[in-house]
Amino acid sequence: MRTFGQLLFAGIALGAVYALVAVGFTVIFRASRIINFAQGQMLALGAFFTSWLVIDEGMPFWAALVLGLAATAALGLVFQWGVLRFAVGKPEFTIVMLTLGLASVLQAVIPTIWGSYPRANGDPWGHSAAHAGGLAFDWVQIWAIIAALVALGAFFVFNRYSRYGLAMRVAASDQEAAVAVGVPLRRIFGLAWGLAGLVACLGGVFLAGYPNSLDPTISNGALLAFPAIILGGIDSTTGAVVGGFGIGIIQELVAGYQPQDASWLGHNFYIAAPYIVMILVLLVRPYGLFGSRPAERL
Amino acid sequence: MKPPAAGAALVVDGLDLRFGAVQALSELSFDVRSGELFAVIGPNGAGKSSLFNLLSRTYHPTRGRITYFGRDLLALRAHQLAGAGIARTFQNLGLFGPLTALDNVVIGRTSLGRSGIVSSGLRLPRARREDREHRAAALEALRTVGAADVADRPVGLLPYGVQKRVEIARALAMQPKLLLLDEPVAGMSRDERSSIAELVGRLNRERGITTMLVEHDMGVVMGLATRVLVLDFGRPVAIGTPAEIQANPEVIRAYLGETAELSR
Repeated sequence: MRTFGQLLFAGIALGAVYALVAVGFTVIFRASRIINFAQGQMLALGAFFTSWLVIDEGMPFWAALVLGLAATAALGLVFQWGVLRFAVGKPEFTIVMLTLGLASVLQAVIPTIWGSYPRANGDPWGHSAAHAGGLAFDWVQIWAIIAALVALGAFFVFNRYSRYGLAMRVAASDQEAAVAVGVPLRRIFGLAWGLAGLVACLGGVFLAGYPNSLDPTISNGALLAFPAIILGGIDSTTGAVVGGFGIGIIQELVAGYQPQDASWLGHNFYIAAPYIVMILVLLVRPYGLFGSRPAERL
Repeated sequence: MKPPAAGAALVVDGLDLRFGAVQALSELSFDVRSGELFAVIGPNGAGKSSLFNLLSRTYHPTRGRITYFGRDLLALRAHQLAGAGIARTFQNLGLFGPLTALDNVVIGRTSLGRSGIVSSGLRLPRARREDREHRAAALEALRTVGAADVADRPVGLLPYGVQKRVEIARALAMQPKLLLLDEPVAGMSRDERSSIAELVGRLNRERGITTMLVEHDMGVVMGLATRVLVLDFGRPVAIGTPAEIQANPEVIRAYLGETAELSR
């Protein structure tokens, strides 16, 4: 059996990926009060594009990753400029349906281009690991943590210290009033979609790392972020990060201990555990640990 | 482009607005003089809101021109109006509920001038000093409208009348050259109405802010406005001082008669 330290590390690494995926949902939700149902497919596109550049085109991984990030951010921007722009001011339901449309299109396009069989991710780490203190640290997990911390840190600084962060909150609160005080809505929404694309690609590339591989069902990875988002509170980026790490750690610890200590729960209980946490959180704290209750006059 | 009338803040020239078969506004021309408090009244469906939406660039006219201090207003996009000095309030409030009253006003402030709400990038020391100045100015605006005591409260939790004051403070903090008020006393008690009306009149008199207001409440309009435009079925019925309007038989037929009956 793996030790507690080993499980905790794996949980943090998994949590880092969940946090990246969760922040992708949160950034769009914060700017426009909608859930982007294509986040998982954007994640898949980023991972496939990066893998294709490395495996088929022979590009160095880091260069491919940069292009993958750019391509996924561009996809978000193009979707905003080409489609969602015409739906500004429409009911949120309309926009959510448009994101479902994008999800369907991408879900069909990805296997058409790259096939539906598992393929190599293209990251340079594979199964290699660093050893310290009797523990093995997979390089892909170490890099997942580093990448997540850098990306999330940059995102926080941006959110906290640039006026775009405030502009996004304002746009989410009341679009008409935001325009009246001078917020350019299209630019704000474009920015949110671009950022969501960036973190989607990063999350996808690390989600497809060892011991996983890359196939079109990786888009389901976005569903794994839902418990994290609910745990943290969907409109809170802090919540997305704490929720992501929390769910990752819970999942790995359950996977490590439950088969022995509570074997009557079955083999794959670790897959269900995050959703059980999600349901409990919804019952006890429907706005999550960090989410804001809507301020309403009574 | 024809030169605007001397001292005109706003020149509306031959404005038509059509939605399919519905003619919301037709052949509408008037001007608002710099510094005046100009009111637009009319029964429901007269075109008041359409006019307001044209001025705030939500709608685009089918035909006609709008000139704002010599500039072509129709060349500006909605989000550029704030920077051009046009501030507005909304009929049903346009505040950002979760933010504090002060932050709401600061947001109006940061849309000012060259920095803009999104263009200043990261808050380096100079920008941070600017932020402090904006906060001071926002607090001053809250003081002016008598809402400084609620500066740190989430605005969505404040009573309606106070929220309206905060919204006016935000408009004020934008240092507007033209203030557009969309039914500022709608849905208020008699006391709230008269105190908001007093505030609007005071801002116009003391600060010389050109103000245009669309309003249903005749008492408020007649007591405040320097001139009044009456709309009916999208057409101008009359324009003049409150005294002239009250004496105009066509206006009485189109509007006052109706309210007189309603308020009996």
